[in-house]
Amino acid sequence: MIPLSWWLMVSAALFSIGVYGALSRKNAIGILMGVELILNAVNINLVAFWRYVAPNDISGQVFAIMVITVAAAEAAVGLALVIAVYRRRHSAIVEELDILKQ
Amino acid sequence: MPNFDPSQIPLVSIVFWVMTVFTLGGALGVVTSRNLFHAALYLILSFFGVTGYYVLLSAGFLAMVQLMVYAGAIAILILFAIMFSRRPMAHESQANQQWWLSLLLALALFVVLVVVVGAVNWPVSDAAPAADTVTQLGVALLGSYLIPFEVVAVLLSVAMIGAIFLAREKTEAEE
Repeated sequence: MIPLSWWLMVSAALFSIGVYGALSRKNAIGILMGVELILNAVNINLVAFWRYVAPNDISGQVFAIMVITVAAAEAAVGLALVIAVYRRRHSAIVEELDILKQ
Repeated sequence: MPNFDPSQIPLVSIVFWVMTVFTLGGALGVVTSRNLFHAALYLILSFFGVTGYYVLLSAGFLAMVQLMVYAGAIAILILFAIMFSRRPMAHESQANQQWWLSLLLALALFVVLVVVVGAVNWPVSDAAPAADTVTQLGVALLGSYLIPFEVVAVLLSVAMIGAIFLAREKTEAEE
């Protein structure tokens, strides 16, 4: 069987890539995609710990399902915001959205 | 010294590495590609890799949920949003000025996480999961996790109504 630490390292790599994407992208949709990668990394961790540490306690999978649900809600509202902002300002670049600073 | 025999490599390891290439390669494509549309397609590849992980971890129900919610719904939603906002299709650089700082931060985070994962002796149990995890999951969701289950259901309805309200076209009278 694959050691638990391999799963944790893959998940750490996915998390770091997601953090980089969320911080370095100009476009709001790109930032949202980075956040989705982060949430996926968290889910891999939850399921790996369920399988290796407490396979008889289903809580790990329940938490993963909650994370997936919240991710779906986040994506729906986030993309609706992007579309609403784009309609008004004709841009989805976050650096150009500085009305509150003016 | 024994000869190297490819059939000695367990199938599970091969599947794990293929899925790792899918997941991490797709994720790298998401954060580096200049065309946002390609980034979204890489995101689908990454979601497929994670689906394979769930199958390897014997979480079949979660694998199906991942396929339907992430690779199906969320990926299509992102593709729609990209098509609605035309300008991201331009081939200009997609990274902001602080990308090197973000890269440093992400690398530092990765190093710290790997060191911690390597240092801790995880209390691994040898027990096999129950044969019928879906039943277990259903009982848990409608039993000890009933309140979070309902709260998440309310959250989904609120998010749906909010998304419709935010994204709909304003009529002339409202402007």
